Amino acid sequence: MSDAAFLSLEKLTLAYGDTIAVKDLDLSIRKGELVAFLGPSGCGKTTTMRSIAGLLTPASGRISLDGTDITRVSANRRSVGLVFQSYALFPHLSVFENVAFGLRLKKLPASEIETRVTAGLKSVGLSKFATRKPAELSGGQQQRVALARSMVMEPKVLLLDEPLSNLDARLRLEMRTELQRVQKETGVTMIFVTHDQGEALSLADRIVVMLNGAIEQIGTPEDIYNRPVSRFVADFVGFENIFAAEGGKLKAANGPIALSESLPPDTAGLAWRPRMVTLGSGPFQGTVRGASFSGSTREYLLDTPLGAIKAEEDAGLAAHQPGTELTFDLPVAKAARLERFG
Amino acid sequence: MTPRVFSPLVLLLVIAFLIGPFFIIVAASLSGGETLAFPPQGFSLKWVAKVFTVESFRESFAVSMFLAIGGTAMALVLGIPASYALSRYKLPFGETVRTIVSLPIIVPGIIVGLALLRYIVVPFGFNITLALFLAHTALVLPYAVRVVSASLNNLRSDIEEAAVLLGSSRAGAFFRVVMPNIRSGILAAFILGFVTSFNQVPVSLFLSGPGVRTLPIDMLSYMEITYDPSVAALSALLAFMSIGIVFLAERFLGFSRYV
Repeated sequence: MSDAAFLSLEKLTLAYGDTIAVKDLDLSIRKGELVAFLGPSGCGKTTTMRSIAGLLTPASGRISLDGTDITRVSANRRSVGLVFQSYALFPHLSVFENVAFGLRLKKLPASEIETRVTAGLKSVGLSKFATRKPAELSGGQQQRVALARSMVMEPKVLLLDEPLSNLDARLRLEMRTELQRVQKETGVTMIFVTHDQGEALSLADRIVVMLNGAIEQIGTPEDIYNRPVSRFVADFVGFENIFAAEGGKLKAANGPIALSESLPPDTAGLAWRPRMVTLGSGPFQGTVRGASFSGSTREYLLDTPLGAIKAEEDAGLAAHQPGTELTFDLPVAKAARLERFG
Repeated sequence: MTPRVFSPLVLLLVIAFLIGPFFIIVAASLSGGETLAFPPQGFSLKWVAKVFTVESFRESFAVSMFLAIGGTAMALVLGIPASYALSRYKLPFGETVRTIVSLPIIVPGIIVGLALLRYIVVPFGFNITLALFLAHTALVLPYAVRVVSASLNNLRSDIEEAAVLLGSSRAGAFFRVVMPNIRSGILAAFILGFVTSFNQVPVSLFLSGPGVRTLPIDMLSYMEITYDPSVAALSALLAFMSIGIVFLAERFLGFSRYV
């Protein structure tokens, strides 16, 4: 664990009854970071988030926040905020009272509550809606109330469960900007859970990719997008041509294939995005099976001795008709080098 | 007859059959004659006035009110936590518990009354008031659990977690965010329970004893001795009370959503 760790999870194992959801997870997050937990449903990302909030007691392991072990601290004393996917606003209370809920429990003086709630609502642009009931607001507005309700508590960590998934495209962009602004203005450490790689890439400082209750890769959006280290991550971020490698050669359907450049011996696999495949020259041959036009590019599906290959070319170039024989190259320099091929 | 004529006619007959007796009772209670009869002989309010002077009616009305209010309140005290547990947690035998709780609705009241008398009240020497109180609690419990469960199922459970994360204890979350949101369900259950208990005959019939009986039982025995229109007047008053309660409940709670 580095000294800079603000929130750290050590050997964290989480279980629902006999089912282990997360196993031996180690993670440390710096103060003020915006981290995304990214993965398919059932990967343990939400479970991990709930354990940070204190809604789930770990089977084993340790969670510490700001230098204190909070593993056994109950959820209501953790200074961790959570914006639920469904927002979980209190239907019987006005917007103002929803935001004031936690402050009232803290028994703050009425004038201070008034000031903080007003400021909180103002910061999410909902001052005019203070007297409304949650049911009278749109989904996007409800979410901003939920955000304000958590933020007025000045939490050490703010957790967000799928913050953008229930919003339409326009609101999504708005909320993304909103979250970045809140994070910049308050410096709060934020963790959000998502299954959408686009959300994670565009919003996070650092992405934790999870699969089957374990971390697959941690890195900046650039790392994850350009340098996936496992087959799963490569596939998840859009590398569609993925091959295992052994002894410096690619493992294809009908035997090992030598590449023009030698590979480091510990390479477990190589992966290329469709647009990294060079068409029209190179050591490999394939037949165009199908083509699809997507505006700026054309995508081809090739039948090759290596198996099916997806390639992409600028739409400005002449189209290759189905049935055409093509030479192509898989340039090693462009490929993502996978360390694990599980 | 074509369906266009036939169905309104059937509807009319059904309504007459259901509501007709009520009008007969109201008319009979306004009779000027000395015996319970329809059509009424003359018009008078003397029987309505007499209801309030009969000592046993006053006593049994108090017993019935106590049972309806106290029994229903007790059923809610037991039923709200039970509904909460049944709707929020996957309990072993949860469905079985739900079925057992519903039994008093399904089993005929005569059987419930006889069983209570023969196997609980007599062997253990229960005091009559206590026996009636427990019986009415048990009879109202199914309605309490059903109606409160319906409200709870409509309420998202994550608002409790949200309250906890804002600093509330688990119990605090229940009282601060669950109770206010199921309040109208609880009121609906209370009204339904009150009316059920107040109008209960078969179970009370077995359990009523010397000096302690509910109003419907008292009316039965009154009629055996005195066959005057005051029973009709009392019935009409009770019917108007029930109608009034349900009307207010519908007006302020949207009662029909819960039953």
